[in-house]
Amino acid sequence: MSDDLKQFEAEILANIEAATDEVALEAIRVGVLGKKGTLSERMKTLGKMTPEERQVMGPALNGLKQKISDEISTKSKLLSSAALEARLKSEKVDVTLPTQATPENAGRVHPISQVIDEVTAIFADMGFAIAEGPEVETDYYNFTALNFPEGHPAREMHDTFFFNEKEDGERKLLRTHTSPVQIHTMENQEPPIRIIIPGKTYRCDSDATHTPMFHQLEGLVVDKAANIANLKWVLEEFCKNFFEVPHMNMRFRPSFFPFTEPSLEVDIQCDRSGNEVKFGEGNDWMEILGCGMVHPNVLRSSGLDPEVYQGFAWGIGIDRIAMLKYGMPDLRAFFDADSRWLSHYGFRPLDIPTLFAGISQ
Amino acid sequence: MKFTLGWLKEHLETDATLDEIVEALTMIGLEVEEIDDRSDFNAFKIAKVLSAKQHPDADRLQVLSVDTGEGEPQQVVCGAPNAREGLVGVLGKPGDYVPGLDITLSVGKIRGVESFGMMCSERELNMSDEHDGIIDLPQDAPIGTSFADYAGLSDPIIEIGITPNRPDALGVAGIARDLAAYGIGKVKPVEIKPISSSDSCPVDVKIEDDEFCPAFGLSLVRGVKNGASPKWMQQRLRAIGLRPISALVDITNYVTFDLGRPLHVFDADKVKGNLKIRRAENGETFLGLDDKEYTLKSDHYVIADDNGAESLAGIMGGAASGVDESTTNVLVESALWEPLKIARTGRDLGIITDARYRFERGVDPAMMVDGLHHAVALVKELCGGSETAPIISGKVPEPSLVLDFPTSEVNRLTGISVNDDAIENILTRLGFEIESKSKNWKVKVPSWRPDVFGKADLVEEVMRIHGVNNIEPQPLPALSAIGSKILTTSQIRARNARRGLASRGMLEAVTYSFISKEQAECFGGGDKSLALANPIAADLSDMRPSLLPNLIAASQRNSDRGFNDVAMFEVAHVYLSDNPDDQHRVAGGIRRGTAGTVTGGGRAWQGNAAKVSVFDAKADALAVLEACGMDASNAQLVAGGPSWYHPGRVGTLQLGPKLILGYFGELHPHALEVMDSAGPVVGFEIYLDRLPVKKAKATKTKPPLEISNLQAVRRDFAFVMDSDVEAAKILRAANGADKKAIVGVNIFDIFEGESLGEGKKSVAFEVTIQPWEKTLTDEEIEAISSKIIAAVEKTTGGQLRG
Repeated sequence: MSDDLKQFEAEILANIEAATDEVALEAIRVGVLGKKGTLSERMKTLGKMTPEERQVMGPALNGLKQKISDEISTKSKLLSSAALEARLKSEKVDVTLPTQATPENAGRVHPISQVIDEVTAIFADMGFAIAEGPEVETDYYNFTALNFPEGHPAREMHDTFFFNEKEDGERKLLRTHTSPVQIHTMENQEPPIRIIIPGKTYRCDSDATHTPMFHQLEGLVVDKAANIANLKWVLEEFCKNFFEVPHMNMRFRPSFFPFTEPSLEVDIQCDRSGNEVKFGEGNDWMEILGCGMVHPNVLRSSGLDPEVYQGFAWGIGIDRIAMLKYGMPDLRAFFDADSRWLSHYGFRPLDIPTLFAGISQ
Repeated sequence: MKFTLGWLKEHLETDATLDEIVEALTMIGLEVEEIDDRSDFNAFKIAKVLSAKQHPDADRLQVLSVDTGEGEPQQVVCGAPNAREGLVGVLGKPGDYVPGLDITLSVGKIRGVESFGMMCSERELNMSDEHDGIIDLPQDAPIGTSFADYAGLSDPIIEIGITPNRPDALGVAGIARDLAAYGIGKVKPVEIKPISSSDSCPVDVKIEDDEFCPAFGLSLVRGVKNGASPKWMQQRLRAIGLRPISALVDITNYVTFDLGRPLHVFDADKVKGNLKIRRAENGETFLGLDDKEYTLKSDHYVIADDNGAESLAGIMGGAASGVDESTTNVLVESALWEPLKIARTGRDLGIITDARYRFERGVDPAMMVDGLHHAVALVKELCGGSETAPIISGKVPEPSLVLDFPTSEVNRLTGISVNDDAIENILTRLGFEIESKSKNWKVKVPSWRPDVFGKADLVEEVMRIHGVNNIEPQPLPALSAIGSKILTTSQIRARNARRGLASRGMLEAVTYSFISKEQAECFGGGDKSLALANPIAADLSDMRPSLLPNLIAASQRNSDRGFNDVAMFEVAHVYLSDNPDDQHRVAGGIRRGTAGTVTGGGRAWQGNAAKVSVFDAKADALAVLEACGMDASNAQLVAGGPSWYHPGRVGTLQLGPKLILGYFGELHPHALEVMDSAGPVVGFEIYLDRLPVKKAKATKTKPPLEISNLQAVRRDFAFVMDSDVEAAKILRAANGADKKAIVGVNIFDIFEGESLGEGKKSVAFEVTIQPWEKTLTDEEIEAISSKIIAAVEKTTGGQLRG
């Protein structure tokens, strides 16, 4: 190779080496390898050479072309990766900045709805269905059919909300308990019956522990054999599973309700010594529900023969068991729709109570 | 019902402890609600004042030196006028709780003199209202011993809750009978000393209505002295919360609680002529023993003499003929009254007395005459005098109820296995008589058990005495191996709507079903049939026709607390009439402030959340439809809606004009004014029960998936048209231009401006065209475009923008 060519090569390689960005490198490539590039111009001279000269210069120039191409390509990769690195560096953000509040984290299901779902999961497993009924009721379904005699003190104890008397003398009322749904169900369904009835109930009463509207869960079993021993089993299983304790001591006491005979009230064992009430241990008893065998008169008024059919029923306060399980101190707050209360005591929409994943999370 | 342990033991011979008795009472259905073991009194000791000197700095105070029976005498500062040297009284020491003052004593300095305790008055020990001086005991009272023991104040008080079916337990004797049947002790029968006078009662009794008053007993005792009743009687009455008045009055109260037999006493000298049990006259007035005047109606009953009503029969005596310390001749009454009529009169007049309480639940008729004899004997014993033979008017009904009782019922209803002997034993101890023991027993119900009238009642008697705790729980047999679906469609919808809305950032509220009349009327309600006759408050008077009022009110309360960005919903019933079919399950919600559907609201570095708009409410409404399993695109959307929404910002979702699924919109400023709420607030209401029910299909197979592997083509169009053309119309036209090829139309820009002219807008949308068999040629795409342009121009009257 001639000295001239060596110098030519050295200059180009030095220029490539000195290039600081891809634009400069491209300029070098065009200046050398472009149509009118310095090397291209030299290549054009090959045609005018003698075969001998061409034999020497041909490979030399082609070799040089290849070498410069390679060098430019190598340099190009270097430069682009440096450029990328610089760009990425400049693109840095503060990942500790907060994201915007997302709706799915803010939403809550009310504890009453959640507890109804919990109760539903448990009773569904025992073969119970859910029944419902009207809240604006007649005197017949709320009292008479449930064996409340006209004028009986037990009627007065219910603090009933009445509607105004109509021209035909009928006076409707707000149901004081979910028990009227027992009658509606028995009127429309042949035994065996296994239902629970969650719903709103109303009594004209308002103080620290009473609200004029509250929620009850009624249960009803009617077949040809259901007895108090079965009733005890159902309620013990329910309480154990609802309060999620391995065992639950319960105390059944004779009591009185017009629509059951015999009637019982049920206490659960608890420990109130600390800040929280613990269930299934301790020395205290807490009354949580009333129950009994469906009164023969109630079966009769629903069109069932008490000599053939028998069954039991119970009623429990949904708001109350929600308070006991989750520790809300004040019933009135349930209905106040304070967003802070709802956010705190409410449940995430995906916390769906099931037996396979747990009644509560 | 209250009584003391000592009182109970007067009727029950037992060694059982208080705890055992309390446990037994609860287990036989006489639930113990409270026990006062009187330990409050334990600390107080009898002490003697050794000296009493004038306090150096206070005229009315003395400094006492008190002998407590042990150790050095204590210095006590005392202000009682009767404090004096030599007085034997009652001392409370530092650390003792004084029930009448509700304080715990400590060492105090009174006007510079240290005091180590307090000499107590009766009021301070909750014994009486006496507070004129400190307790002044006889000189022989044993110094240093418990005052409670000395004064008989240590007798524990038991309070039990009596269910309405157990009037027999409204007397201590009845409670003893029940306990004895359960195995706690033996009943000590009440000894009734019959009146054996040959003198006849000069006052005659006439019963005008023997349905109301089946029988009436009266006896005159002459020459009584009506002083204070004896200490033991006063203590018992006070223990159960009654104030001793005079021996005659105290006797009636005592027998009421002792035997469950209410009585009345008249001052015979104030009674004019004979007694008549009659209906009151409409408007007749009666001055009760409580010194209140009552205006009576003709369905109330009185005991009257020639002066008029002297007693509200079975409920309360009258002031005019009441006994006092000057009474020397007394008429003692023991009668039977019809329970429902007593209840009605008491309720009408708002009078609650121990007599009414017992009569309306049912007293033991057999105790009417015996109770009279017993009362007269007590009057003679405590007040002296001589009695007349009683007059018994009417006829005391004989117990006659005999029940058929197959003893197998016990096992059938309770699962208890007990033999007939045990059943007989239990029933007999409770006073039932087994008249026959053939296959179906014949069981005679005792006179004191008006609650027992069927075989289930007898089962309950056997169960409670056998012991409910002795019933072994037995599993309820499973109906199937695996439970099936138990929720109804409506229940599933409510549940899904709830969790769906919560997952959209909303808080679920549960609010009262009643609102004010004004609010009800504003939100489409106010039906007369849904107004409560006895609302608990004026603003909770009407059943709600909509869920929105309470949610708006709640949002305003939250806003007032500084939380203005509120998104809240409720899934509950609304009421359109008192007909059961007009109780509708609705999912409704509201959003205010910036609590929109996209972010959680508020300001953020990425950009502040926008104010809520009608489209947030629309998105919520459609989300409810979807959550309930309905394809929301099948719902027709019509602009406009009910009056509580902004007329230009409300939409109705429906399936035809008669099937309204719900509404969404911005709340009308008038409605917000009624709710006393600031705005804007947007809201929605979906009637869950009106959504169409999906047709049941034979299989769960989904329709096959149809997709094309060819790339879809997107074309943009912009039209100028009148401003009031609805977007839905444009979408319908564009979609309809080629139903197979066009798979999506999306409006991405709306522009109104002067350049377009007044009343005009520009709407730009993107159409997605999906080739199915082969790639579309330019000509084919052009042909579809032309169809789109033609369809949109024709439907909207608009022009493609050049």
